[in-house]
Amino acid sequence: MIDIIETANKEALEIIQNGQPTLIGLGIAGEVIPGMAKDLFLHAGPPITWEKMSGPLKGGVMAGLMYEGLASTPEEAAEYAASGKLRFDPCHHHDAVGPMAGIVTSRMPVWIIENKAYGNRAYCTLNEGLGKVLRMGAYGPEVIKHLQWMERVLYPVLKETIEIHGPIDLKIMIAQAVQMGDEVHNRNKAATSLLIREIAPSILKTSFSNEDKIAVLEFLNSNDHTFLNLSMPAAKATLEPAGKVKHSTIVYTMARNGTEFGIRVAGLGKRWFTAPAEIIDGLYFPGFSMEDANPDVGDSCITETLGIGGFSMATAPAIVQFVGGTPKDAVRYTTSMYEITTEESRAYKLPPMNFRGSPTGIDIRKVIETQVLPVINTGIAHKEAGVGQVGAGIVHPPMACFEQALEAFVNLLEDEGLLED
Amino acid sequence: MTLHTSIKRNAYYDSVTLMLLSRELQKLEGVEDVLVGMGTDLNLDLAKDLGLASGEFDTLTPNDLFIAAKIDEAQISMKQVEDAFIEQLNKSAESDGDEDYQPPSLRSAVQALPGANMVLVSVPGQFAAAEVEEALDAGLHVMLFSDNVSVEDELRLKQKAVEKGLLMMGPDCGTAIINGKPLCFANAVRRGRIGVVGASGTGTQEVTVQVHKLGEGLSQVIGTGGRDLKEQIGGLMMIQGFESLIADPETDLIVLISKPPAPLVAEKIYQIAKTSPKPVVIDFIGGDRAAIEAVGAIPCISLEDAAQKAVKALHGEAFDDFTGFSLPEDYINCIVDTSVAKLKSDQTELRALFTGGTLADEAMKVLGVHHEIYSNIPLSPEMAIENLPGGRGHICLDLGEDQFTRGRPHPMIDPQTRTEFFESHVDEKTAVILVDVVLGFGSYLDPAGAVADSVREIRQRLSKQGKDVVVIASVCGTDLDSQDLNKSIESLEAAGIIVLPSNAQAVRLTDRVLQRIKKGA
Amino acid sequence: MSLNDLFKQELKVVNLGLKSFHNDLKSQGVTVVQVNWKPKAGGKKNMLNLLSKLNKVKQS
Repeated sequence: MIDIIETANKEALEIIQNGQPTLIGLGIAGEVIPGMAKDLFLHAGPPITWEKMSGPLKGGVMAGLMYEGLASTPEEAAEYAASGKLRFDPCHHHDAVGPMAGIVTSRMPVWIIENKAYGNRAYCTLNEGLGKVLRMGAYGPEVIKHLQWMERVLYPVLKETIEIHGPIDLKIMIAQAVQMGDEVHNRNKAATSLLIREIAPSILKTSFSNEDKIAVLEFLNSNDHTFLNLSMPAAKATLEPAGKVKHSTIVYTMARNGTEFGIRVAGLGKRWFTAPAEIIDGLYFPGFSMEDANPDVGDSCITETLGIGGFSMATAPAIVQFVGGTPKDAVRYTTSMYEITTEESRAYKLPPMNFRGSPTGIDIRKVIETQVLPVINTGIAHKEAGVGQVGAGIVHPPMACFEQALEAFVNLLEDEGLLED
Repeated sequence: MTLHTSIKRNAYYDSVTLMLLSRELQKLEGVEDVLVGMGTDLNLDLAKDLGLASGEFDTLTPNDLFIAAKIDEAQISMKQVEDAFIEQLNKSAESDGDEDYQPPSLRSAVQALPGANMVLVSVPGQFAAAEVEEALDAGLHVMLFSDNVSVEDELRLKQKAVEKGLLMMGPDCGTAIINGKPLCFANAVRRGRIGVVGASGTGTQEVTVQVHKLGEGLSQVIGTGGRDLKEQIGGLMMIQGFESLIADPETDLIVLISKPPAPLVAEKIYQIAKTSPKPVVIDFIGGDRAAIEAVGAIPCISLEDAAQKAVKALHGEAFDDFTGFSLPEDYINCIVDTSVAKLKSDQTELRALFTGGTLADEAMKVLGVHHEIYSNIPLSPEMAIENLPGGRGHICLDLGEDQFTRGRPHPMIDPQTRTEFFESHVDEKTAVILVDVVLGFGSYLDPAGAVADSVREIRQRLSKQGKDVVVIASVCGTDLDSQDLNKSIESLEAAGIIVLPSNAQAVRLTDRVLQRIKKGA
Repeated sequence: MSLNDLFKQELKVVNLGLKSFHNDLKSQGVTVVQVNWKPKAGGKKNMLNLLSKLNKVKQS
């Protein structure tokens, strides 16, 4: 005899396992993202107001306003943002995800990913690279200039490239990358390499100048994390359809906005369960310490939600250097994630785990029962806008998110009369 | 002095680790008092008692760790205390080094270990019953070391266990040797044909050690927990263990050890003994001799006696009560003479400090016949230690009892408690000190060394008043134990301690010395 | 599996609690798994209550 929750969870897992995230092209946010508008800025994590935003988010918003031409100085931008003329919404509410501050504005180019199994799409901006970047909250002139280059050169070249090449199966690419030392959250070197190798001939075939093609290739090559902005929407597209399964206790969203951490559970629909985001206890770059850190921020833990990223840490031993551990620690982390998940991935097999599939389908009941929290590998942003990354480490969602969700879930079932007395 | 509290959420460490950590932090300059513990009700009460509780405790759950410390801020900061805590933790983590994966629950452990057949439970009492239930439901045998488990839970769990033919040894069961493997507190002894079912931890240890000394070995040593033979539990595990040993082809003789059972329970056991095809030695410490003999079982007068009779009966040899000493009588007299000669006329008192409960009990039963012994395990309520007139009189303490182990490791694990009692309770009126030294798995690295150090310190202290003291000990251990029986004896004798080959003999010698002192007075 | 069956088997132990017991068994070559034990649901009564309610969910 199987109960309603087990049936629902099986259904949710089937959806997740069947996902076929595919890169089908690029577009401009205002044209392709549902509900996008000039006066709407999207951000990472659960809903938040301007007043509550931390440094990186505020900086990102200010940069966005200047990029959109709605303000000409940071001071003007800050005023504009506080004025109420600008609306904010989570990326997640618009089929999108964003790393770090995750700010998406109308003019920004985005990757378009389609889940071929269910037809739903997901969007993510192109990764800006390292240094002073909008996603870390930088808003200086060089940030705006770089965004403009991405809009005017990078985007058109890549758009035509994919049109020439045809859709790219991201599931297979990720499956290969995790067998090459990547976990596609904090370690993307192999996946980025696979991507460039795949599209390089098509870049050459585009109608653009040699100068532009070279600039595009050099830019992609300079940034190991190019693929992160593909693995994130791939995970998003895979998980989103599972979010409709009633009575399921499977987590389909984990995200942080630099102030709060939020989760969403399939059987509880679009409701967010939030708690204060944690300061990461990790390895800080020389000159920086925990005191400089912003609380956990970014939609990138959508990868962990799928069972890759930190959940697959065992397969990316190079990561552990950043988290002050050993390869054996990495294996231990992955092993403990099986305690809180439902199935092993049919697609993502981890060689150091004897090719076991990655731990998939976080069950809130198991998290609370075992007190084992999902492990997330993450970069750490400076709390002041624009300083950039100050370290990397391991972080967990607050237990409170899961406890609130469990309580809500039980109440829901009680209201529906589905619990025996 | 200011009180500071540090809380670490969702961070679990076991009680022994935390207690040892408390002790290390206590040593820091500027720390007046410190307690490290999980946020269980027991620990919160303890913190209150120690004056270390604060409003911050309101948010604590049993899954959170707290460090509560009274510090002199001129000498140390709370941050330094926290850093020291982490340093100590890492020290113990380092020694673990190349660790295997530790599953987070019984369920996942059983999945990870196909063929698992025994679960050893030593988690805090309030959580233990649920874990035992899950283990029994999964068809696994259980050794329950934890105490603070209710009688109702014990009964329910033992009934379930018996129904399924499973072991449920405990609660408060410290000693077992199953298939030749020592569990928790047990000695390394040779495998053989004698089976034991024991409701008393160190009592069981002493019997197994004596059997080993006599050249024989143990087939199975089953623990039952201290309450098993009370009326409410009805001897469920003793009976199940007893019957399994009767059926066990590797066991030729059975020894039962317990304090006197409730009469109805004793009766059930006697009936099984009556029909047993194998010889049965029954040591119901201080129990009904006639009743035991009436069913054809062999009664005993001490743990050592039980072992001796078991070995003799196994060999088909005749046996008698062993009431004397291994050494000849004139040796013993000589020892008594020279001992008493060391003492001044105002030295008349006994300080017996035991780490093993049953061994303390054995001492009480013998010494209590001729002397008034105040104790925390008194023979009668008037002799409770609290009633001791002005602290003057004979004292015998079981330092493993609850009142001495609140927030501290058991004295068999950590000699610190007994060391403190040596310092506080031994003075210029003390004539004789009597101790047990328990070796084996679970016990401290060098219990004999710790006792020897304390005795040296005492002799130094008393010599300032021109006095000396008689110290008598027995070592519950074997040549196979890591602490090494012979090295331990040497260590004690080097400190001028008289070492007897068994607890019974050490107690008897103590009795002789005390009687001689009385006569002389 | 009854008690007398246990006597014929190789002892394989799951240890919940004090690490020293696990270490002692390991040193004797006994197959033993240490559980990284925490109170179920962190010992929080309200969470335990919610979890047990879900055990009584209707069948599908």
